Amino acid sequence: MNTSTGIVAVVVTAAVTVLIGAYGLRAARTTSDFYVASRTVTPWWNASAIGGEYLSAASFLGVAGLVLAYGTDMLWFPVGYTAGYLMLLVLVAAPLRRSGAYTLPDFAEARLESMAARRAASILVVTIGWLYLLPQFQAAGLTLRTVTGAPQWAGPAVVAAVVLVSVLGGGMRSITFVQAFQYWLKLTALALPVVFVLLAWQSDGRPEVAPPEEPVFAEATTVEVTIDVTVDVPMGVVVEADGVVDDAAVSGELPLDRGDHDVEAGTVLEFPAGARIPHASNLEPMTGQAWALPLTAGGDHPLYATYSLIIALFFGTMGLPHVLVRFYTNPDGRAARRTTLAVLGLLGLFYVLPGVYGALGRLYTPELLLTGRTDAVVLVLPGRLVDGVLGETLSALVTAGAFAAFLSTSSGLTVSVAGVLSQDLLRGRVRNPVAGFRLGAALALLVPIGLALSSPFLGIADVVGLAFAVAASSFCPLLLLGIWWRRLTWPGAVAGLLAGGGTSTVAVAFTILGGPPDGWVGALLAQPAAWTMPLAFVVMIVVSLGTQQHTAPGVNRTMVRLHTPENLDLNRGDWDPEDRWRT
Amino acid sequence: MAYGPSMSSPVVVFVAAVIVVALAAVLLTRLVRSRLVLGSTEDQTTYRILHTTSLASPELRAGLVAGADKAARHLRELLATPALALTDGESVVTWDGAGGSVHVHDVRRHAARALSGGYTDVLGPDAVECDRLDCPVRHAVTTGLTTEDRVVGALIAYTSTRPSAGLVRAVEEVARFVSGQLELAEFDRERAKLAEAEIRALRAQISPHFIYNALGAIASYVRTDPEHARELLLEFADFTRYSFRRHGDFTTLAEELRSIERYLMLEKARFGDRLSVTLRVAPEVLPVAVPFLCLQPLVENAVRHGLEGRTSPGHITILAEDAGNEALISIDDDGVGMDPDLARTLLAGDGATDRVGIANVDERLRAVFGDDYGLVIETATGAGTKVSMRVPKYRPGVHAT
Repeated sequence: MNTSTGIVAVVVTAAVTVLIGAYGLRAARTTSDFYVASRTVTPWWNASAIGGEYLSAASFLGVAGLVLAYGTDMLWFPVGYTAGYLMLLVLVAAPLRRSGAYTLPDFAEARLESMAARRAASILVVTIGWLYLLPQFQAAGLTLRTVTGAPQWAGPAVVAAVVLVSVLGGGMRSITFVQAFQYWLKLTALALPVVFVLLAWQSDGRPEVAPPEEPVFAEATTVEVTIDVTVDVPMGVVVEADGVVDDAAVSGELPLDRGDHDVEAGTVLEFPAGARIPHASNLEPMTGQAWALPLTAGGDHPLYATYSLIIALFFGTMGLPHVLVRFYTNPDGRAARRTTLAVLGLLGLFYVLPGVYGALGRLYTPELLLTGRTDAVVLVLPGRLVDGVLGETLSALVTAGAFAAFLSTSSGLTVSVAGVLSQDLLRGRVRNPVAGFRLGAALALLVPIGLALSSPFLGIADVVGLAFAVAASSFCPLLLLGIWWRRLTWPGAVAGLLAGGGTSTVAVAFTILGGPPDGWVGALLAQPAAWTMPLAFVVMIVVSLGTQQHTAPGVNRTMVRLHTPENLDLNRGDWDPEDRWRT
Repeated sequence: MAYGPSMSSPVVVFVAAVIVVALAAVLLTRLVRSRLVLGSTEDQTTYRILHTTSLASPELRAGLVAGADKAARHLRELLATPALALTDGESVVTWDGAGGSVHVHDVRRHAARALSGGYTDVLGPDAVECDRLDCPVRHAVTTGLTTEDRVVGALIAYTSTRPSAGLVRAVEEVARFVSGQLELAEFDRERAKLAEAEIRALRAQISPHFIYNALGAIASYVRTDPEHARELLLEFADFTRYSFRRHGDFTTLAEELRSIERYLMLEKARFGDRLSVTLRVAPEVLPVAVPFLCLQPLVENAVRHGLEGRTSPGHITILAEDAGNEALISIDDDGVGMDPDLARTLLAGDGATDRVGIANVDERLRAVFGDDYGLVIETATGAGTKVSMRVPKYRPGVHAT
């Protein structure tokens, strides 16, 4: 695709996002009509906003990339990303709204009446926020590199700069309508090209997506390698090469033996038709048959890995800081439930699409298996299948959508993390609240950028899955037990948060920084949720039972508040200034 | 599921090195600081005593009922006696140290004289009876706890040997310290009661001028536009019902805006086109819980001072913005403004009586959310007035009802 179109798409998205945040709504919400001014956000708008904030780079790019490389097993990602809201709907949404809490630390404090619980929750919010931001930046680097050829560090830098500017300018601070717009932009950006892509596939005679054998280049294919890569050539082949292969400059015919070969960035390889596709060394080659069957990917223990992933995604959504703050916008618990239901619908609609990209990508952009950048399939596919101006436009649209995905998710996360940092962890060190928030925002961005630039590139959706695992092992037990079990005490909650959050964070750090070892240990570290979440539950319950003297004094009142619909007229216990001295 | 390359060692080594260096630096500073700051043995003893005192203070500040349990431990540490008891002579008896199960029932009897007159007494084994030979509770020093000349409780230190004069002195000093803290606790309670009383007072304080003017304005429409008059009367009824409601100290910003709408509708009936209002409210902050009737007095002030001494139209802007964990609310008029010093005295609460509303709102905001959350007034003579406040989205115990 044309470089300039890509740059234009990125710049326009960034500029529109910042400008709408800064000015658009100021104009839209200024009125002299009280009826207009005091209209609350409807569940539909709010659901769109949650969708806009939630659909990150992992959803937009990562899922398709994983499906392309590993096949049907990876469909658990979109399923899990959506089904998490079912758990939220049934168990958490309304009581959480009724608690009056804005952030997760607020909830911990409201329910457990303890500053220690609040602080533990704050630390975990920051951890999860950083983990979630990391893949956003990596994806930004990938996108910018794919569409404009910019160096790898440019993407994170651009996204971070735009986010920082708009967050500090007060622009994108959780404005519902901006985020709602982002959802529809992302949906359009995926849905419109997919129509044309499917039409192209149809007119191509609907070839089988994954023939049962090893994947081959269907026709003579030229591959430009943009980042240094080691490829595993499955069968000797003679290619036309121009560039540096195995540390030797080549120009012209080059026989590649079976085995590993280093290809430097900038090298162009031309494969003959029918050649088996060499895979980048970080991918496992899969036959079409294995690709189309479940429980074939996922390392040595696919069954465990799949179930652990399901647990992480189903129970992790309720612990995502940037999603939960949105529920505060709902006027009451009932609206919170309706919003969640609408989110389920909207996400279900969206997540049909990435799988289609992944599957067709296996057919039409197989060279991504060679370069290892399978996450780029969404960006590359429309331009590959549709020619001319239309193809250019569709590519620009997809690029804009991807960029919107990074911007909305990372700004939402940055605001959440910065809020928690400035309110709970920097308070006392920085006097001025505005300066505190700015410092918090800078810190919230710096750490994941540092990680994004220094850690090896894992699959985007994989790292996001790890953030979910930490959330599922810490906040899920806190919320579920906090809402549904009277006897949860603050020492129990803190112990559980530390046990579950701590072990899963350590496992995740191992996986991200070093890559997991082989065997069962590797499987347990790469997908920790299946053991860290039960661990957190057990620790919370056992320690709570042992520390019943620390039950929150107002637990009955809190429980009544959490579980009674607002329209029920009953005494929820008015605020009484003397309570502070009475307890 | 990670399919990444196995171990990129430089990164791991780098991260590990950073962590090790950071830890070493923290430990080193701790070590150096502790060596430098801690002085001789006497100094260290002083610090320890001060520290123990500081631990006991906040517990006592919660009052004898709430804090006695936790404070007793620290007080016993100060006196270094085997056992110590605190009582208010009625329901509360706290025992810390040895022999509690046997002697806790006698505490009130031991404290009787201290409770009746605030005296300090030394009780011997005849008063502190004990059958067990190994029990360290043989003697006791009892002394009263007083706030403002009233005895509110007693402190009893138990010893195994006859207490020395020094110990008696120490017990008296500790009792004096406890009395001081309890006095402060009482003061806190009074202040909270006062704040509550003021909230209640404000409710009854919907300005009589406003009621008079509103009824006057409605009356003027009765003949010319009876339908409009009827509407206004209903608005008036709704407004007063909201303002006089008795339950709940907090309401949502949306409710508060609805009340202001009614108020302004009634004011517009009087001023007509002379009064215009612009609103910019972020829908995200509508569910925020605010103290009941915290905006209405500010709008009333804005109307009064925005239109005071002029015939040209006055304009009021009401903003509510979303700022992360807080909502920013401001009310802005383009009227005559005031001298910044006058604004300062207004906030201090000793200005002219007709603007008591502002000081009251300020006080209530501070009482509920803390001193960081008072009203901010930006004004100058002839430059209009802007009153703004920050309201945290969540604060324990604050729920709109």
